[in-house]
Amino acid sequence: MSRWRDLDWIALGLALLIACIGILEIHGATVGTKFAGIYVKQIYFLVAGVVLLFVVSRIDYQLLLDAAPWLYLLSVGALGLVLVVGRAIFHSRRWIPLGPLHLQVSELVKLVIIVVVARYFAGTRNALPGFRDAIRIGLLVGVPMLLVLAEPDLGTALTYLPVAAMGLWLGGLRWRHFAILGLLGLMVLPLAWRHMHPYQKARLESFLRPQADPLGTGYQLLQSKIAVGSGGLWGTGAAHGSQTRGAFLPVPQTDFIFAAYAEQYGFLGGIALLFLYLLLLMRLIQDAQSAPDRGGGLLIMGVVAVLAFHVLVNVGMAVGVMPVTGIPLPLMSSGGSSLLFTFAALGVAMNVRMSRFVNS
Amino acid sequence: MAIRYHSDDVLPGSRIRVVQFLLAAAFLVLVLALWQLQILHQRHWKQLARDNRVRTEPIPAPRGRILDRRGRVLVGNYASFSALLVRQEEPHWRADLPAIAAGLHLDLAQLQQRLRRQESTPTYQPILLKDNITPADVAFIDSHRDQFPELETMTISRRLYPSDGYAAQVLGYVGEATPADMAHYHVAAGTLVGKSGLEAYYNKWLMGKDGLRRVMVNSRGQVMGHLPGVPPTPGHDLRTTLDATLQNAAEEAMGDRPGAVVALNPQNGQVLAMVSTPAYNANDFTFGITEKEWRALLDNPDHPLLNKAIQAELAPGSMFKIIVAVAGLEEGIAQHQVVDCKGGATFYGHYYKCWVPTGHGITNLAKALTQSCDVFFYTLGNKLGIQTIAHYAKALGLGRRTGVDLPGEEPGLIPTPAWKQRRFHQPWWNGQTIIVSIGQGPIETTPLQIAHTIGGIAIGGTFMRPHLAFNGEVPAADHPPNHAPKEFTFPLSAQVVSAVDAGLRGVVLPGGTAATAEIPGLDWGGKTGTAQTVSDTTFKHLGRKLRRRFMDNAWFVALYPLQNPTLAICVLYQHGSESYYAANIASQVVAAYARERRKRQNTIAARLRHALGATPRHWALVAPPPPPARRSAPSQP
Repeated sequence: MSRWRDLDWIALGLALLIACIGILEIHGATVGTKFAGIYVKQIYFLVAGVVLLFVVSRIDYQLLLDAAPWLYLLSVGALGLVLVVGRAIFHSRRWIPLGPLHLQVSELVKLVIIVVVARYFAGTRNALPGFRDAIRIGLLVGVPMLLVLAEPDLGTALTYLPVAAMGLWLGGLRWRHFAILGLLGLMVLPLAWRHMHPYQKARLESFLRPQADPLGTGYQLLQSKIAVGSGGLWGTGAAHGSQTRGAFLPVPQTDFIFAAYAEQYGFLGGIALLFLYLLLLMRLIQDAQSAPDRGGGLLIMGVVAVLAFHVLVNVGMAVGVMPVTGIPLPLMSSGGSSLLFTFAALGVAMNVRMSRFVNS
Repeated sequence: MAIRYHSDDVLPGSRIRVVQFLLAAAFLVLVLALWQLQILHQRHWKQLARDNRVRTEPIPAPRGRILDRRGRVLVGNYASFSALLVRQEEPHWRADLPAIAAGLHLDLAQLQQRLRRQESTPTYQPILLKDNITPADVAFIDSHRDQFPELETMTISRRLYPSDGYAAQVLGYVGEATPADMAHYHVAAGTLVGKSGLEAYYNKWLMGKDGLRRVMVNSRGQVMGHLPGVPPTPGHDLRTTLDATLQNAAEEAMGDRPGAVVALNPQNGQVLAMVSTPAYNANDFTFGITEKEWRALLDNPDHPLLNKAIQAELAPGSMFKIIVAVAGLEEGIAQHQVVDCKGGATFYGHYYKCWVPTGHGITNLAKALTQSCDVFFYTLGNKLGIQTIAHYAKALGLGRRTGVDLPGEEPGLIPTPAWKQRRFHQPWWNGQTIIVSIGQGPIETTPLQIAHTIGGIAIGGTFMRPHLAFNGEVPAADHPPNHAPKEFTFPLSAQVVSAVDAGLRGVVLPGGTAATAEIPGLDWGGKTGTAQTVSDTTFKHLGRKLRRRFMDNAWFVALYPLQNPTLAICVLYQHGSESYYAANIASQVVAAYARERRKRQNTIAARLRHALGATPRHWALVAPPPPPARRSAPSQP
């Protein structure tokens, strides 16, 4: 089929390359611990992810946009269900037991949010979007966000915001309105602080003053910076990082995988990896620009927004410029839901790209 | 079928470019953050990573031993086991405390109090739970390794003191460093430092330098490997001038009588024996004494913690007559003074009794010293006046610290009109001069001062600073600064010295005040002293029990041999009432000294005779012992 040629092989290649680096790093960070062998599971998920990508890329994105309202209602319902029956793992209700897999619904909802926002701004309008649209989008994104927050999963809930922002931005919201919204958001922060969980407050505090309690909440952040910093230019070499091997770095296979990677491969390895991510994102933006229509472009840009947010916040946390929020590094962190979501999202982008030459 | 969402409408290019620009900028921020961490501050973070995984533990350095003049060990070390709490090993150690306290037979409340005090120490530093644990405790820890992984045992070198209180106050004891000690000696908390006696004075010399053990650990504190550490530098041995044999004789002679004995060589100032009774068992202090035991020591009316040889400031009684005699001889009065003692005499309208109610009759200086005639010295003191007496007393070394190398020496007191004005805002009464002339009233001396001063007079007026460490063996940096002069002189003519000697010889001969202390065939002498602790009238009103507590102090100062003595002894027997008791104690020490000297001379003579008739290599037998280990020169590491 000629359409396979139109698949974005470059983006797929970059994604696979990053995922392979991730599997190597998961292996290196967990060998000799109770998590040893977890990388095998990650390989299965990678294969499943690639299959998912191909499957999703066969689904016409127009159908997705059409089904947006139904997908949205389904999502809100599922999130509600999670709150009720979701398994309490790590004191948060994020997973729905689905056979042998635990499905993290909020990851899938991310995809739905992308579709909903794309659908909202896809139509031509007489006037540029204004505050009214901002409020509508806010409500649309806000309901599932609050449900995810109630799980509680602040990190994932926050990933919905960049999608909304990207939609408003590309939808044409005025600069001025954007700035006012940003200010409003800042003003809401103190209110949010009051409703935050103690551990979340502690994380934020330790981000602002990491030396205040180096063995308590600031521990993870400090250990992560020690791991990254001691990597130096060339890194300590694979399987030699004392921070990772000595178990000083917490969860080196998931949230702090970048710190473990940077310890072992140093500054050069770090910027190389960041460059791969940037290349992938830029390639997707390029796909968005050549999308056959506004809806398709918005879909891809939604994917870009989520992935970029993940990468920036996760790496930012590892190097100490962002607070600890426990969101995974896409394609690298160990964990099936995240990997499957990423490949599904890439699948959507692929479908948009493949549709650009098709006229029906 | 599907509705196209405006396929002709594309995304605004300018806004896409803004997104691209922002993305690139954000990634640049990450790269800069990476650059800062991994390139700019690389060393800082690498050091932190090393600190993370390398745990350093001190290895206590064994303290140097304290030896007597011939190398016999007075204070040594032995290995003991201690129980440690490694808090990193088990974060829930607090819950185990009651079980641990029961297993190690510790008081839970006391244990918790001690742990609270060490709350601020980093968790990787183990906390000492119990010292000198018994084999049963070791078995308890070994058999509960799974249940209480936070328990560890450690071998420590411990101080071993003579258990019977032998020279206890002189040797001193060690204890855990206080914050002040930690600052002064630059040591970590928990280090043992000298608290009193020689242990405190020569702490720096004895202490040594702790080593370091470095182990690699993971985040749970589990040891993953070892790194090269620093071995501890043991402390230096301290060779003292004490003679264990003589010390032993003095200890035995004192028995359980409260008081003090000092024996020194006036020729060089070396202290040969120093006893203060009652004493304590210094080993009790090594492992922390209980509150009750400590209170008992503090409340003991006989003050076992005091080193009375240097800290008991008491009226010297008739021993002071020697100083008055020297003053009188130097002033040219005493040689010619003869009094007719009728059991007392009147001065300034007040009658002063002699200790012999019937009187001594016609008395010259020699007789006055031998029989301790008070009237003779009342008269002599009255002629000299308080200023002259005080001048000689001070010039001969009284009224100030001798500068012995022990902490806490007291200066004593020689009264003067100026002192009385300053202290009591009262003029001096002439009657007080009479009292001071026989060593009573507001005059205070320590046993060491008496031995030092009388010994110095007996060798012609050269006063060597008393000391317990051989001169020059301990570098000045390793003990507190000593401002007392190494020696001072107040030259006395041979006539003066022999006049005093003549009187002192008779004291321990029939007719003398300490005739019972005579040692046939031994040329020695001394002077008795009986000092009231309260006035006669007060004493009469005391009950029977209190009378015992306020009975006169018995003193004796002895010299051997009388000509150019090498031994000066001062004995204080508190509330001993009769001074010849003190003299008997002194005579035992003198006898022991003479016996030892004769034995050594015989051995040396025999070896010499043997050596002279044999091959030269036998000379080695009489060669001096090898010099003691000296601190290496500063240029060497």
